Amino acid sequence: MLLEVKNLTKIFTVGFLRRKEIVAVKDISFNVKESEFVSLVGESGSGKTTTARMILRLLRPTSGSVVFRDRDVWSLRTLNDLRWYWRQVHGIFQDPFASFNPLYKVDRVFYQVFTLLGDNDVDKESLVNEALKEVGLRPEEVLGRYPHELSGGQRQRLMIARCYLLKPKLILADEPISMIDASTRAGILQLFSKLRDEYKTSIIFITHDLGLAYYVSDRVLIMHKGSIVEEGSPEEIMEHPQHPYTKRLREDVPLLYRKWSGF
Amino acid sequence: MNTLALGLEGVDRSMSLLEAEHVKAYYRVREGFVKAVDDVSLHLDRGVIMGLAGESGCGKSTLVNTLMLNIRPPLYLIDGRITLDGNLLSKMDKQTLKKKVWGVLVSIVPQSALNALMPTQKIIDLIKDIVHAHTDISDSEIVSMSRRRFEELNLPVEALNMYPHELSGGMRQRAVIAISTLLNPKLLIVDEPTSALDVSTQKQVLKLLVDLRKAKIIESMIFVTHDIAVLRQIADRIAIMYAGKIVESASTDDILYNSKHPYTYGLINAVVTPEPEVRKRGLISIPGEPPNLLKPPSGCRFHPRCPYAMDICRREEPPLVEVGEGWTVACHLVASGRR
Repeated sequence: MLLEVKNLTKIFTVGFLRRKEIVAVKDISFNVKESEFVSLVGESGSGKTTTARMILRLLRPTSGSVVFRDRDVWSLRTLNDLRWYWRQVHGIFQDPFASFNPLYKVDRVFYQVFTLLGDNDVDKESLVNEALKEVGLRPEEVLGRYPHELSGGQRQRLMIARCYLLKPKLILADEPISMIDASTRAGILQLFSKLRDEYKTSIIFITHDLGLAYYVSDRVLIMHKGSIVEEGSPEEIMEHPQHPYTKRLREDVPLLYRKWSGF
Repeated sequence: MNTLALGLEGVDRSMSLLEAEHVKAYYRVREGFVKAVDDVSLHLDRGVIMGLAGESGCGKSTLVNTLMLNIRPPLYLIDGRITLDGNLLSKMDKQTLKKKVWGVLVSIVPQSALNALMPTQKIIDLIKDIVHAHTDISDSEIVSMSRRRFEELNLPVEALNMYPHELSGGMRQRAVIAISTLLNPKLLIVDEPTSALDVSTQKQVLKLLVDLRKAKIIESMIFVTHDIAVLRQIADRIAIMYAGKIVESASTDDILYNSKHPYTYGLINAVVTPEPEVRKRGLISIPGEPPNLLKPPSGCRFHPRCPYAMDICRREEPPLVEVGEGWTVACHLVASGRR
């Protein structure tokens, strides 16, 4: 098993005088196999992003564990161990603009990859050009530019191009296309599927859009109020949803060839 | 006084509510003009919900703001005639627009509407301020009017006495919509009203918009979005905009099932909804990006991305051709009878 999430819980304490506890993630467990495409679907506030941040080691869980290749990621201590984890697990976020430093040219995100990999004897330029071509970008239209000069789609493609250099074992993509035009969404999604097919990368795709999850996933997890309420193949979830929340979610997705009643 | 006769005098009996002819609106920047709206003509009938679709950066927001003359430098109305409910907006000065048009004849719910409420002001106090800017109705009347409107639209009346932070995102969006239609504008323009919301909240907002028309609070609506599946649920007609121009405009069914412009079916093919039809065709996206409108491509602006581009497409701008009743297309393939 590549990744095992066991009884993961996160409780946030808010307020100063009147302390209040908010259970963001409530005792969730799931596994991800090698080259598996898993979607985590839920509305805003359901705890999807908190889960992703705990897996990425950005947020410490209140209880439970995240086990990656038989090692508990929250007990990794040395820089070498952390590098081992960072090389294999990669996060892609909703707003690609936030992943760039606006003062530097976009090329920098690639050269940071080589630092992380510790590879200095490689032909960096041709590797970067290769990676850019994989994601459908022409090197001359993006290299040497600043982040604000590129469109949202281009920026997100750049972030995915990094994955082609790193070849991580696991990608956590948190709403990677919700800020991108409908016309280019499919293209970006296919890049993830391609990575999976070519390098057996596992993908955890976090989204509020059941439609997107339906197309790309091997397995769909439905998250609601911090818990995983239903799990199944995309067909099972779409055709025979069991949990009332899943049923509602399915009915509320606007379809192209069917009109809602009462509208 | 015969109020009935008086009421009818001002009514334009024609079907058309909004007419825009050859509208050009450019942003002036250091390098020249960004042609965000370039020779757009459209008309909107009474009682119709029209969707305006296209990728970001195609001029959709600029167009709808221009249609209600909500323009300020660096955006300028270069040319064109805009008539709304019999009034020639394009010749009006700002004072007249403020007094007689905005909020009364036409309202807009902008893209950033979630942040349009004052954090330090209760909803009802904001409503008072807004209504005072347009008419001189008394405070108590505004309160009862707002309560009646919220009830009519099935919104919780308690929300009126709350601060924006006490409301959820969807509720805030619906409050903004209810407030902007309080004075019963003939035309409501909504700009990407649901793109920041999740599907269940989105459906509630869309329902509210449809109810506004059912209750005859508004006559017509222009709904701007890049999500055609959303338009399918509420729009009677769809206009497709690309690089500052309207390339196809037709009934929702014609756009969905018989679209003629390559950009239109590119957009439709890119829609990813969980349906057997979509599963069968697979995921297809339009290659490339919309052009920089400072220097739009020659001829047909879509030709660099078009799979069917011919020689003429690079040289000449395609004429807008009527291919059916209320159905126009600007494409050389159609103009030359090949599609």
